[in-house]
Amino acid sequence: MSLPLISPASGGGSPSPGTAGRGVSPGGGPRGGLRGRPRGGGTRGARSPLGALFVTPYALFLVVVFAVPLGYTVWMSFHRFYFTAPGTEVDAPWVGLRNYQDVFTDPVVLRSFLNIAVFLVINIPLTVVLSLVLASALNSRVPLRSFFRAAYYLPYITASVALVAVWGYLFGTDGLLNHLLGGLAPDPSWLVNSVLAMPVVAVFVTWTNLGFFVMLYLAALQSVPRELYEAAGVDGAGRVRTFMAVTVPGVRHATTLVTVLAVIKGSNLFTEPYLLTGGGGPDHASASPVLILYQKGIEQAHPDFAAALGVVLVLVVVTLSLIARRLTERKGA
Amino acid sequence: MNTRRHSTSWPKLALLTAGAVVFLFPFAYMLSQSLSKQTTGDLGSVIPTPGSSGTQNYEAVNGAVSLGTSLVNSGVFTAGVLLCTLVIGVLAGYGLARLHFRGRSTLFGALLLVQTVPFQLLMLPLYVLVVRDYGLGDSYLGMILPFAVNSTAVFLFRQFFLQLPAELFEAARIDGAGELRILWRVALPMARPALLTGTLIAFIGPWNEFLWPFLVTKDAEMQPLAVSLAGFMSNLRGTVENPTGAVMAGACVLAVPAVVLFLLFQRHFTQTNIDSATKG
Repeated sequence: MSLPLISPASGGGSPSPGTAGRGVSPGGGPRGGLRGRPRGGGTRGARSPLGALFVTPYALFLVVVFAVPLGYTVWMSFHRFYFTAPGTEVDAPWVGLRNYQDVFTDPVVLRSFLNIAVFLVINIPLTVVLSLVLASALNSRVPLRSFFRAAYYLPYITASVALVAVWGYLFGTDGLLNHLLGGLAPDPSWLVNSVLAMPVVAVFVTWTNLGFFVMLYLAALQSVPRELYEAAGVDGAGRVRTFMAVTVPGVRHATTLVTVLAVIKGSNLFTEPYLLTGGGGPDHASASPVLILYQKGIEQAHPDFAAALGVVLVLVVVTLSLIARRLTERKGA
Repeated sequence: MNTRRHSTSWPKLALLTAGAVVFLFPFAYMLSQSLSKQTTGDLGSVIPTPGSSGTQNYEAVNGAVSLGTSLVNSGVFTAGVLLCTLVIGVLAGYGLARLHFRGRSTLFGALLLVQTVPFQLLMLPLYVLVVRDYGLGDSYLGMILPFAVNSTAVFLFRQFFLQLPAELFEAARIDGAGELRILWRVALPMARPALLTGTLIAFIGPWNEFLWPFLVTKDAEMQPLAVSLAGFMSNLRGTVENPTGAVMAGACVLAVPAVVLFLLFQRHFTQTNIDSATKG
């Protein structure tokens, strides 16, 4: 899927060659936001109706693929909606908040949100710590730098179906990991163990996406002023101290971005529980909201319920993202 | 040039190497198991021995899901997205960066917004619209439609065109060139890095995508490889002699095109991609 680019510093960027694309201020990562471009100032493009013509296909695409379905979901979530054969008209009566009520009282849905909480509690710290440590290590003169970068990036660009296949086998009951562990192997095994299934999914997702976040931190590290490291060295700070006092605050905007993206990716979990733990098993212990959305909406043909669940999910994601932003940005420099 | 700092970089190098092993081992394992006649969980099975390896797993998975058809489906799906992204996306990127028109900032705002809307929210209404209302289930068009234009690529194109010197465009306009001609003759030849990155992003998305094609294709003859392999993993394992080996063989076939493409353009990809992601 497309990687969501919450990419500030771009909206208001003046298009003159001197400043475009240099949105990172020395003090930190990306900043700024969607500001309207000052009218008439800066931009010196041609004022031509052709512009509208050029972007029309894309604008139509956005309407068909985003705006209409978005409105449709919200509408559906307030009505009793049935799948019908094409061409048949069936009433879809207004039911108010009934679908939402059903969503919030469904134990499986509640379980899936709990599962996502477990997932995020493992995934986010692991992602932030590992990717920052690896990025810092890569951000110095080490031999084989581009080899390491490519190696870390590889899982990110590989189909998750292929990766799930390998992990399912590595963590299987008769898999390599259990053979290595011998008597220490968990029973029931990883993916069929109701306590361990979700953590394994969280570790798997951390592994697949880590390369992307390493690259993100690597880019952010370029904007940490070198003098700060020198000053820390003069003050006699050790390696760990320097890392905590200079590197970590220096990339905190990137940390926000990493956290928000991890929340979005985590809330979109589908392929992993569907394939790795055999449909969110055991007994919904690794079910994700999107998996429930699929099972309820399409397999069991309750699209109205699923639409309400989708709306709730997005509200949760937005809230979590705002919280993540607050938490990582509040701690002053 | 590394010798000077060699002593200081040892712990780092050890850390990076450990990381590389963790990242690469599953790939090596996937490949070795796909070539093994028998797959067991033993550590000894990690390295295939000459006597016990061969391509029989590839034949087995081919017999079960017909790799050729699946690859063609994946190819058509991916090519459709690529084509739309390169044509519609480049036009939109150029328009957003270089032309004035009403609603430009609104459209750009929408571009940024759609990247934060999880596809999963749209999955259900899109399914209803595409499969039930438009009757596009089990068709390439239905598969391609929601992914047709990759907004990340549009964003990338816009950023790139924005960075080209304005004088270039003015000179061409004074010479009386039309916008389409300027785009084709002036902007595009300079935009090769952006086009390359856009191509990679737009390739990897649909090639790896599972959920959407899984929803719209019920006919095995229409399923892309990711979907048919997943179907094989959950339903058809019992039909072959060495199911794990066959699954690994299928996983290799699925993984290889994206990995090869990535390795070919590696340097370009990581840099431009990430720069635009963090800096805009």
